[in-house]
Amino acid sequence: MQPDVTPADDADPVEEPADEENVETDGGRGDPQVHTIQLELPDEPGRLLAALQPVADNGGNLLSVVHERGERTPRGRIPVAIDLECPPERFDGILEGLRETGVTVVTADAEAYADELVVVLVGHLVDTGLSGTLQRLREHAGATVADVTLSAPDADAPEGPSAARLHLRTRAGGAEQTLEAVRSVAEEKELTVVEPLGGV
Amino acid sequence: MRLAVLGAGAVGSSVAELAGEYGHTVVALADSSTAAVDADGIDTERALSAKAAGAGLGDADPENALAAEYDALVEATPTTLGDAQPGFDHVATALERDRHVVLANKGPAAERYAELRALAAASAGRVRFEATVGGAIPVLSTLSDLGPERVEAVRGVLNGTANFVLSRMAAEGLDYEHVLAEAQDLGVAEADPTFDVEGTDAALKGVILSNRLSEARVDDSDGLEAATTSLDEADVQGITGLPPNALELAAEDGQTVRLIAEATADTVRVGPRLVPENGTLAVSGTRNIVELETAHAGRLAISGRGAGGDATATAVLSDVNRL
Repeated sequence: MQPDVTPADDADPVEEPADEENVETDGGRGDPQVHTIQLELPDEPGRLLAALQPVADNGGNLLSVVHERGERTPRGRIPVAIDLECPPERFDGILEGLRETGVTVVTADAEAYADELVVVLVGHLVDTGLSGTLQRLREHAGATVADVTLSAPDADAPEGPSAARLHLRTRAGGAEQTLEAVRSVAEEKELTVVEPLGGV
Repeated sequence: MRLAVLGAGAVGSSVAELAGEYGHTVVALADSSTAAVDADGIDTERALSAKAAGAGLGDADPENALAAEYDALVEATPTTLGDAQPGFDHVATALERDRHVVLANKGPAAERYAELRALAAASAGRVRFEATVGGAIPVLSTLSDLGPERVEAVRGVLNGTANFVLSRMAAEGLDYEHVLAEAQDLGVAEADPTFDVEGTDAALKGVILSNRLSEARVDDSDGLEAATTSLDEADVQGITGLPPNALELAAEDGQTVRLIAEATADTVRVGPRLVPENGTLAVSGTRNIVELETAHAGRLAISGRGAGGDATATAVLSDVNRL
């Protein structure tokens, strides 16, 4: 079965981002770069359209969409490849937007987020700014934060440390770099890192 | 074989008690202030009950034990940090007299490994130290059988106290202080548990393993001096104050936390790590486990009692039999 190719020329003009702070008519500061993203979608009506919306919402310009309905991934979903262009600083926002929509990003620019790494952080996570900690990891760890579970201190010891479990998706072979970044943020914020034991 | 046993704590007294069963004679038994010495074999039971009654092991001076006519010296005095004294001097004295040495004391092998090897090289006596790592588990002899040059890394749970605390916390959802107090009541943790819960004990064992791995990768004794790892170079993190919710979060993910020591020829690292809840390394209670990463045969794991008088004495006496 032939892939159903949508040429970019027919695509609607990109809508401006809804967030007022992000409104920039030229689409950003840096020169636009072309990116390829591989997605997986459930075979349900409306999923493709819903998956493309975050690209436009975050200032990306769709170049092509290859939607192979006849194919199935090992997880029983439909593989979709998207080419888009956007300024460099917008790309992470597009990936984030896709994930928030519940879309599985298999690879971004052919760099597979292949390994999942679990770490538990212990310490005064809230006081030291958990969102800032996560932001640092997104920026420096070469990883996406796929899941965060925070456990507050026990009620009878409210001054005690809290704990958070993070699921980090790293590029293949990138686990050590990610752990380095986790260690460095943790050291700065005086958090204890319970790292996974490699190769188990 | 005639044995002189220095140190009459849990390990030293178990060695003295079990030696007869292994066909050996204890000709001297000493603690830090008293000793029983008899060239025909001491009455171990009498010496130990005299010590228990507060009278000391016997009438002799500890120096007489070191000077006695023995074939092998069992060094089971407490492990000390830094210069490993007085254990190291005891070992040196025995080797200079061309006697064998079996260590239960970790200090000399962890902190002065190259010097220990140099002394042994100049002596007709040999040095063995199976009991210093993993109690009854035959870690070092397995390493020797495999050939340490064909073992890339060794890791595992090497401290029973920390493992008891972590496994009780995970199983019962109890906090650290509560479980530690319970461990002290049960005699699993010492009154001052710092050495165990801060990871120092596991790190010393990791250093000994690392030294065995690096020894197999250097050509001469000068190379060994440079290749050995010291406790200061080890990356050590303990389990003090780890909250129960960290273990709960791990459990929700099918994992648990264990204090893991990892040794390669160049590095030693000890810290709380996430391991699969039903995985090889997630032993519970005071049990220890060691996993060897071999070059050609994948992973090999051995588990057993990592501490305790009789368990450690078993490793000491196996070493005596290997001399």
